[in-house]
Amino acid sequence: MARITIDPMTRIEGHLRIDVEIEGGKVKDAWTTGTLFRGFELILQGRDPRDAWHITQRICGVCPTSHGHASSMSMDDAFKARPPENGRIIRNIIEGAQFVHSHILWFYHLNALDYVDVVSALKAQPKEASLKRVQAKLKSFVESGQLGPFANAYWGHSAYKLPPDVNLLAVAHYLEALEMQAKAAQVSALFGGRMPMTMTSPPGGVTHVPSVDDLKNYLFRVKELQNWIDNIFVTDLLAIAPYYLGAAGVGKGYANFLSWGVFEDSSFDPKKRLLPRGAIFASDFPKVHDARPEDVTEDTTHGWYKDGKPLNPAVGETAPEYTGYDSSKKYTWSKAPRLQGKPMEVGALARMVVAYASGQPTAKKLIDDTLAKIGHPGHPEVLFGIIGRIAGRVLECKMVADSMYQWGIDVIENIKKGNTAVYTEYTIPDKAQGIGLWEAPRGALGHWIDVSGKKIKNYQCVVPTTWNVCPRDSNNVRGPIEEALVGTAVENAEKPLEILRVVHSFDPCLACTVHVIHPESNRIMDFKVA
Amino acid sequence: MSKKEEVSKGFLDALELRGIKRRDFLKYCGATAALLGLSELYGPKIAVALEKASKRTPVVWLNFASDSGCTESFIKATYPSPAEVILDILSVDYNETIMAAAGKQAEEILSNSAKAGGYVLIVEGGIPTKKGHGMIGNKEMLDVLKEMAAPSIAVIAIGSCATDGGVPAAKPNPSQIIGTGEALKRVGITKPLINMDLCPVNPQYLVGVVVNFLLLGKIPDLDSQGRPVMFYGQTIHDNCERRAHFDAGRFVTKFGGQEESLGYCLYKMGCKGPMTYSACPKIQYNDRTSWCIKAGGPCIGCAERGWTDKFAGFYEPLPGVKIPGLGGVEAGADKIGAVAAVATAVGIAVHAVATAGSGRTDEKKGGKK
Repeated sequence: MARITIDPMTRIEGHLRIDVEIEGGKVKDAWTTGTLFRGFELILQGRDPRDAWHITQRICGVCPTSHGHASSMSMDDAFKARPPENGRIIRNIIEGAQFVHSHILWFYHLNALDYVDVVSALKAQPKEASLKRVQAKLKSFVESGQLGPFANAYWGHSAYKLPPDVNLLAVAHYLEALEMQAKAAQVSALFGGRMPMTMTSPPGGVTHVPSVDDLKNYLFRVKELQNWIDNIFVTDLLAIAPYYLGAAGVGKGYANFLSWGVFEDSSFDPKKRLLPRGAIFASDFPKVHDARPEDVTEDTTHGWYKDGKPLNPAVGETAPEYTGYDSSKKYTWSKAPRLQGKPMEVGALARMVVAYASGQPTAKKLIDDTLAKIGHPGHPEVLFGIIGRIAGRVLECKMVADSMYQWGIDVIENIKKGNTAVYTEYTIPDKAQGIGLWEAPRGALGHWIDVSGKKIKNYQCVVPTTWNVCPRDSNNVRGPIEEALVGTAVENAEKPLEILRVVHSFDPCLACTVHVIHPESNRIMDFKVA
Repeated sequence: MSKKEEVSKGFLDALELRGIKRRDFLKYCGATAALLGLSELYGPKIAVALEKASKRTPVVWLNFASDSGCTESFIKATYPSPAEVILDILSVDYNETIMAAAGKQAEEILSNSAKAGGYVLIVEGGIPTKKGHGMIGNKEMLDVLKEMAAPSIAVIAIGSCATDGGVPAAKPNPSQIIGTGEALKRVGITKPLINMDLCPVNPQYLVGVVVNFLLLGKIPDLDSQGRPVMFYGQTIHDNCERRAHFDAGRFVTKFGGQEESLGYCLYKMGCKGPMTYSACPKIQYNDRTSWCIKAGGPCIGCAERGWTDKFAGFYEPLPGVKIPGLGGVEAGADKIGAVAAVATAVGIAVHAVATAGSGRTDEKKGGKK
């Protein structure tokens, strides 16, 4: 049995280490760990609660807007300051642009290099002038001998299946996508001031009344993104997918899915969000269960904490106790969040599956059409795994971009009716508690705030990657990424490309997960204020 | 410009081959000149400098206690685009967020860079000094910095976390995070250091400094905090598009109302522009799509050292600022409560008001005489 350690795990956000044991060419067991303590919840204590939505954006530079919105929503709840219609929609717009940006960046710049062999693209024989130019550029780049970010990768690995022409096309779109992700971020900036770290969504709504110029600018920018997503992004998915359908079952994991839901509906009912709230368990798929924050517990059996029974975040305790690395006992600083005692996968696939099973018409049509195109009509379960996680993000990106156009029109219609309010005034009560349950591009995100004496007494975040990257629980049930890795065939332990694929499919974001690390280790701990 | 300094046709042809149109290239050089505060006549000189840099300058980009927000910000750069920076201008040899290699192969790249030396080290994130609070490949981040800074030719600290620890170094600073300058001092390394405060760094500031380096072969003029004067020489208030409303005493008193849609000043909503030194109003963000104050978001002062604590209570008005048009009424010192470093705050605010009266008096501090 061979043990492989991948450290640093690259093309993710933050610092992640992966350990796997390989037997007979397959992963027999896996452990996930990370390496940094920043302690945001401690920093928030005693501050003006309104500062929290700015400070928590700094938890993650990739999905700052989601943290900001979850934070402001926890205060909308605590201060009884529900945003007016256009405030609600503009927050959706700023969030939507971040989703589009994040999914494009993930597909092309974080994940694609596991499937696209850049060196093979040199062997392509393109006919189109634009592709010839890209190839010439790539050639002169390679000949410079300075390979920069493309150096020392697994090029030529037999798991790369694309023919040279498709590789070249993907390289061309890798470069184009760098510009498109920036354009998507510009849409966030249009209403948020800048991206990353938007400035205009405090508790109560948004600060800015959109001008005619803003709205015109917005609609035409969204059109440009929609065109690119339809003609390039979705097309690339369908062009690449046939070569990797053999990998469809790889990295399946538990197929338990959680979504808190995202993109607020005018009813403020989380089950009516564009991507609705709900939970799905593999045992009775496709039944959609209620996802309730009170059903969340965190288990510390395999984390470096004093043992205790699993607790809900609202009453969670943190008693760190480093006892050394022992993968049969304690081996990580991450706690293990569970919903109704079950490990849950979160992210775009989880949201799309919950939406599909809830009968959300747009998600249902997108998924059904895609299943038909790949020859599995009516079998959404073939999407459970690495290929489905890719497809889930691309299809969600299209769904969000298409909705964004309509949101712009909705803002205009409201203004026409004289309904221009974007912000609800409030006074901070002496004591208040609130919860903001939302989604970041990489999955379910919750912020809990407890205000006392008009200051933050306690602040708590349970973030997407903690769900995905967590360790085993007291029943020795692995975390979702660990479980997804088990059974993965690895051809060459020196070049574990297949492992990268499984891990990247979850789009891990360690800055979100890793709030605390123990002094004598480099293991993660999802810090909780006691 | 003498004949010799003209960009060669061969070079422009080579650029075309790389997919860069010559018109775009020269436009970029012109835009860069403007960004650096140089006359547009410098555009061709920039083009020549870039041609001479035939070996792309190697860059090692390390993430410490950060949220990758500055990497995210950097890839939103325009003129040049991130693709141009990564593929044509620099050789970004190590950046964990974008590099194809992982694990062992990534470690090899880092150790080869350290052996070869001669790279620019970009630091993103602060450096935890509590043992074990920040590790890469089982090494303390402080040791990684020491190892990688020693063979570098210069260090650029991007974003608040890298300059002074940033948000995670705010009270109680649970990991005892320090900035790059302080960390280099502790490990006894002296290197040219450029500090680019801001949370996150404005990508155009970073690109501007890089091009300045390639053009002049030296780092730009820095202020006493090691920040490039060209980007940190004036306050946001000095150049704010809402400034006329401040001077006329017209203020937003409620978010999302008519005052806001008329573009009134955000001072009463807590704007920290009068005390914050940064070229945000001039350079803006995301290809000049917008910036905080334009979008109705009061400045939170994120270009200033220690801003998370110094400006805590972001929505409370700055104390001690005289408001024009209302007979010089002192605003809200009583409201702000116990704020760290109030004395400093007042000092800077007074300076801001003093300079405000006499126009852009800070310009002569700029390095380009």
